[in-house]
Amino acid sequence: MSTIPRRDFMKLAGTLTLGFSLPGLAISRIANLSQLPLDQVGLSPYIQIAKDGIVTLICPRPDMGQGASQAMPMLIAEELEVRMEDIIVKFSDGQSQFGGQGAGGSSSVRSKYQSLRQVGATAREMLKQAAANKWNCAVADCKAENGKIINKTNDAILSYGALVDEAAKLTPPKDVKLKTPKEFKLIGKSLPRLDVPTRVNGSAVFGLDVQVPGMLYAVVQHSPMIHGKIKSIDDAAALAIPGVRKVVRTERLLPYKKLEAVAVIADNTWAAIQGRKALKVEWENGDNAKTSTTAYFQNLRELVKKDGFTMTDAKGDVESGLKTSVKTLEAVYETPFTAHAPLEPENSTAYVQGDKVEIWAPVQGPDNLISYVVQKYGYKKENVKVNTQLLGGSFGRKSYYDYALEAVDLSKQMNAPVKVTWTREDDLSQGPFRPGMLSAMRGGIDANGIVQAFEHKIVGAFLGWQIFKADPTKSTSWSEGINQEDSPYAIPNRAQKFVLAETEIPVLWWRSVYASTNLFGHECFIDELARAAKQDPMAFRLKMLAGEPRFAAVLQLLKEKSGYGQPLPAGHAMGIAMSRSFKSICAYAVTVSKRGKGVKIEKVVGVIDVGVAINPDNVKAQTEGNVVMGLSAALKNAITFEDGQSQQSNYHQFNIFRINETPKIAIHVMPSEADPGGAGEPGLPPVAPALCNAIFNLTGKRIRKLPFDLENVG
Amino acid sequence: MQKITLSVNGTPRAIEAEPDMPLLWALRDLMGLTGTKYGCGIASCGACTVHLDGTPVRSCSITVGLIKNSRITTIEGLSAKAGLAIQQAWIEKQVPQCGYCQSGQIMSATTLLANNANPTDADIDNAMSGNLCRCGTYPRIRAAIHLAAASLREHPTGKGAAETPAKTGSGR
Repeated sequence: MSTIPRRDFMKLAGTLTLGFSLPGLAISRIANLSQLPLDQVGLSPYIQIAKDGIVTLICPRPDMGQGASQAMPMLIAEELEVRMEDIIVKFSDGQSQFGGQGAGGSSSVRSKYQSLRQVGATAREMLKQAAANKWNCAVADCKAENGKIINKTNDAILSYGALVDEAAKLTPPKDVKLKTPKEFKLIGKSLPRLDVPTRVNGSAVFGLDVQVPGMLYAVVQHSPMIHGKIKSIDDAAALAIPGVRKVVRTERLLPYKKLEAVAVIADNTWAAIQGRKALKVEWENGDNAKTSTTAYFQNLRELVKKDGFTMTDAKGDVESGLKTSVKTLEAVYETPFTAHAPLEPENSTAYVQGDKVEIWAPVQGPDNLISYVVQKYGYKKENVKVNTQLLGGSFGRKSYYDYALEAVDLSKQMNAPVKVTWTREDDLSQGPFRPGMLSAMRGGIDANGIVQAFEHKIVGAFLGWQIFKADPTKSTSWSEGINQEDSPYAIPNRAQKFVLAETEIPVLWWRSVYASTNLFGHECFIDELARAAKQDPMAFRLKMLAGEPRFAAVLQLLKEKSGYGQPLPAGHAMGIAMSRSFKSICAYAVTVSKRGKGVKIEKVVGVIDVGVAINPDNVKAQTEGNVVMGLSAALKNAITFEDGQSQQSNYHQFNIFRINETPKIAIHVMPSEADPGGAGEPGLPPVAPALCNAIFNLTGKRIRKLPFDLENVG
Repeated sequence: MQKITLSVNGTPRAIEAEPDMPLLWALRDLMGLTGTKYGCGIASCGACTVHLDGTPVRSCSITVGLIKNSRITTIEGLSAKAGLAIQQAWIEKQVPQCGYCQSGQIMSATTLLANNANPTDADIDNAMSGNLCRCGTYPRIRAAIHLAAASLREHPTGKGAAETPAKTGSGR
């Protein structure tokens, strides 16, 4: 419906510049199995093979930098027996034949590890059968290699392209045999991500780079205050800005609330920004004129006294465990509100024509966006087309579709394609944000230095409560990283609890979600207990993890790689922390040194066990990035609210780590054949506690509130 | 609106724009050169870095009316030896995650190497601290700059990595 080049195709090969219109290659689907339910094994919508042999694989998750666009097609390619440099990757379009397409919870690889390999293996077997039919030989005499079927008896060769028509007529076999990890040719190799060249020469197209012929540009004036309502609009000065076309009322659709807003529509982004600056909107502030993060945290400190909801994985009885202890400890840890602040701010382009909607957007879930368009605006699902664009970072933010829905409304009003650009100021004033949380810890050790009681009570917002009115007592998501399965320290009396705090500050999942806040208190308090027991924190943990070989192995490797326990230079100290989240285990040893009143981070050594690492170098890269983002969250500005308004407007007030602040980072990926866990998030949670444990070991000062000033630890 | 002609990547480009329009938006919206990115609009993140007569500037904070005859180089037009060596090293070290900030990183790194053949970590930190990366690729940026510097020293006449143009994909 539009003449935009098909930018959602990426040629994942180095030097070729492949044309825009891949459909012109007359790609024939190997078999028409689109009627199969999702994840049915078999030749599927995920694989398209052209007669000239070009293989297009569908990546059913967006790429926000986590590497899904390599890892997921690699799962198919491994079994299909095609080389990565010979494939084209296309992102799925949100339609139901690809099932759930939301990238989040570090789920892309681990949720599709079996099914995408089965997709590849089934297609391979059909191609082998097709070749056997042509050669009139046994399938067992055929082998697949590099996009070809080879006849083992006479070395005859047929390319996949030559077999595709024949294969398409076959019934997909069931129960195809998958390779064992030892047979992998691609999985587990640190192959270069083949789209990297496009990300160093400006040719990669992110959402904000989309251009649709005839497109107008919009910026939206949102209420500076939470849930403000429009009292009056004076658009005279805005309309006088050259290039401004129109000022219209629009709406920001949160999943749970419709907010009033005003859009400035212009011929280019700058004119729209200038128009918004000139626009005068008076807001009625309503109920949130006094909302502040200070008041929110005061409320949390009151709520700590409540008993809260206890998760079903509790063991023994914490109270009696505390009674049998000779030493008991209590501490409350605090983590702030923070922003995702991806470098590419929220943006979306939409073109509504009659009852049809086409969207080009950087979103974490094209299928979820379609659901919202259907639900909020009443279009038919099959009439909504989403062209998933590359995301210039996201970290959770672009799984909230308010900005994308704005473009739909504005395109409808303008009867033209409209690109909505959020400025950095929109991003940091509107949120949604990671909520501020408390971890209230209690613990006790007996005369032998053994932990007899341990309680971790989370106090704060429940994301599901605000967004979906979900009941936290029916969920375990808030326990990510601290429940018995994720934190299997052997403690006889133990409980994980949750106390709900409500807030009108918009909140959302942020990289590693609850684990990003839960582990700070959890792992610092383990160190507090170790110190109270007069034991080395590494040995203390290993003792409590004696029955957990994967956890123990991570700590042992960390010990070896970091030189833990060996003498350090004067004025240096090391601290550790570990966590399991999204089914992967990660531990860090942070070395710090004294610098004036403050502390310098000398080095971060990490070990991560993600099970099978599809691309170990990418797992390493994600973990390096998690160290940097985790340090930013621990040390840089929080998001604070006063009088119902965010107090941070741009990167000068919401600092993130810069290169000159970044310590040396060495990450080691644990070799493993276990089914894959997550990779994008599990590296974040143990960063802050490892740092703060190191600072305690250096200075004796226990930090229980983030963020803190590294220059002045006191 | 004014008719303004700018020299972009060696080509004169005629645009009609208000003279107060920042170069960033002229490049992106009027010329379709979207490799230069918007990140903050206040010269705080470096995603919009381009070269003006070889010097890195934040294109969000320089208006088209002030540029006159200065030569503008964007990521799309990066062809200097140092620039190509940087791009090659970025691929070698697999620097980008999302890649959104990398145009700006590469423009800053190119100037560093053009002026300093053998930068230390401290030199790199100093030259690159104006460029934010939310994915946290800084350790690899350091490694890639060292690699590009070594390759340029080894092949000062443009052999080796410096000679191989960065591979181009067909992202668009």
